[in-house]
Amino acid sequence: MIALRRALFGDPLNAALSLLILAVLALTLPSLVDWALLKARFAPDVAACEALERSGACWGVVTEKARFIVLGRYPAEQGWRPALAAGLIAGSWVAAASGWLRGRALIAALTVLPLLALPLLAGGFAGLDAVPTELWGGLPLTLLLTGLGMAGALPLGIAVAYGRRAPLPLLRGLLTAYVELARGIPLVAALFVASFLLPLFFPGDLAPDMLWRVLIAIVLFAAAYLSEIIRGGLQAFPEGQRSAAAALGFSPWQIQRWIVLPQVLRHVAPSLTNSAIALFKDTSLVTIVSLYELTGALGLALSGDAQWRPFYLEAWLFIAAIYWLGCALLARISQRLTQA
Amino acid sequence: MKHPARLAWQALLLLALLVLGGLLVTTTAGHLQERGIRSGFDFLLEPAGFALGESLLPFDSGDSTLRAFAAGLLNTLRVALPGALLAVVVGVVVGFGRLGDNPLVRALAGVFVNGVRNVPLLLHLLAWYFILTDLLPAADAALRLAPGVFLSKSGLALPWWGEAGWELPEPAGFGIDGGARLTPEYLALLIGLSTYSAAYIAETLRGAVQALPPGQRLSALALGMTPRQAFVLVLLPQAWRAALPPVTSQLLNLFKNASLAVAIGYPDLVSVAGTSLNQTGRAIECLLIVIGVYLLLSLLAAALSHRLERRSLRGMAP
Repeated sequence: MIALRRALFGDPLNAALSLLILAVLALTLPSLVDWALLKARFAPDVAACEALERSGACWGVVTEKARFIVLGRYPAEQGWRPALAAGLIAGSWVAAASGWLRGRALIAALTVLPLLALPLLAGGFAGLDAVPTELWGGLPLTLLLTGLGMAGALPLGIAVAYGRRAPLPLLRGLLTAYVELARGIPLVAALFVASFLLPLFFPGDLAPDMLWRVLIAIVLFAAAYLSEIIRGGLQAFPEGQRSAAAALGFSPWQIQRWIVLPQVLRHVAPSLTNSAIALFKDTSLVTIVSLYELTGALGLALSGDAQWRPFYLEAWLFIAAIYWLGCALLARISQRLTQA
Repeated sequence: MKHPARLAWQALLLLALLVLGGLLVTTTAGHLQERGIRSGFDFLLEPAGFALGESLLPFDSGDSTLRAFAAGLLNTLRVALPGALLAVVVGVVVGFGRLGDNPLVRALAGVFVNGVRNVPLLLHLLAWYFILTDLLPAADAALRLAPGVFLSKSGLALPWWGEAGWELPEPAGFGIDGGARLTPEYLALLIGLSTYSAAYIAETLRGAVQALPPGQRLSALALGMTPRQAFVLVLLPQAWRAALPPVTSQLLNLFKNASLAVAIGYPDLVSVAGTSLNQTGRAIECLLIVIGVYLLLSLLAAALSHRLERRSLRGMAP
């Protein structure tokens, strides 16, 4: 108690700061609780919400729009498919964060489950209706872009990191140019390239859907950042281990596969998960090229609806909470990987 | 040649590149011809045919496309430079707050950092834009924050140097007259960008200070310094040097993130390129300009931060 009093009011500056914060909290907290809980409406009833005149939150907007925001424009009667797809990917994250899966099983779960989600969403077999990629959206799309983006960017990033250490100046120069280019431009510009330029590069009508083009852009963009992280890890790797392995008769390939890469990847795992968190948040930008993942679906659900649009902030808080949870989950994986 | 195999690999790579490049060029040219799109940069000198929501550079749709791009770049800088300054100031304050000994301040700074960093920047911008355009009163009932400072749905009115000298904005009829006006788009972008980067800068600073060996602080205290003196005179100068490279890369991120302007309708460089691209169909040219400008500015920033680092290391033992 005495320690707390000293920490809060020990000297004039701290005392002033503490008083200021306590005063602001005393003024705002009651009205915040009032708004969020006491005066709030939880039923999806527009008239009742309008009657509040913003004195209370209208959580009814979440009940009313949740399905659309979370699953996007996917055909309503098939809703279990995107829900299951999102569950598969989120499930692999939960498994990784709680430490149920380790090592090879973990890597397999993190890459195979997003791949399994693909046919589930696409359909067109075993009695499942085919659903075009334009209609995919909401949380499943956010998770799919993050999961597939990382699954594609990690091997590519490793390859680029090794390529930049190869004794071929032409290859090194090319890869350096690619990495600097990708890291120098904003993701929005890369998405514009995917949207407007990529179709020109494919012969005839072979250009893939927007979803695949965006995924190509995301993989190339993320791989440049990942390759820099891995290259740093390779540079910091102690030379002695390599020599020792060579002396034991390991071939150069075996040295990399069994000695260097496992240690380097473990060492840079926190940075890699940080990149995954950044990618998870960055997937929100694909709404700029008309793919309606979580953020885009929020706009789609409310901007055209004059009745519910005034309650944007409540729906926004719902989405923000989902992102917050996702980031927390990924950060937890980072902690697990450093402990392992 | 010492390494014939390496030379052969490189020749093979070069060949593959040439073939791939040739294929790309012919496919692209075929597509452009099919759609009747001419290529070249001549469109830059033709009238743009679109107006900009706001611009420092006087601009209307009759002006050249080149001028539109210049206005867009200027708009990017107009939000990124003050945004960077704000981000550093707020970031340093919050970072110190998290390191301080006052538990209330520490908790508040922690809530700010974790709350801001775990939500995508785009979502921040959308929230600020909604608050500024939907929740604020209309211009005829503007909030008066200070003499001559008004905040409303149509933006922030500030005293500014006008035609008749120093002008204080005054309510007039349905709006506000005089002074300068910052649009809600600009304000949302400025606030969103700077708070988002500030949270990252605060974490960087905290990490840099906490990474210092604990002996540094203990020896400073043993020499009779107060905790505050130890922080300012011993810990901060060392932490600052370690934090400089990541902070510069945060500021570079802020500059690249300014391209999210396109989502809330602020006419920055990327947004102007997008409009012009839709207008003329010259996708390759428009995107090349964007990429070129960003690469150039990234190089410039890298050179600048390199000089700054060298300067901060001057007089130090290696």
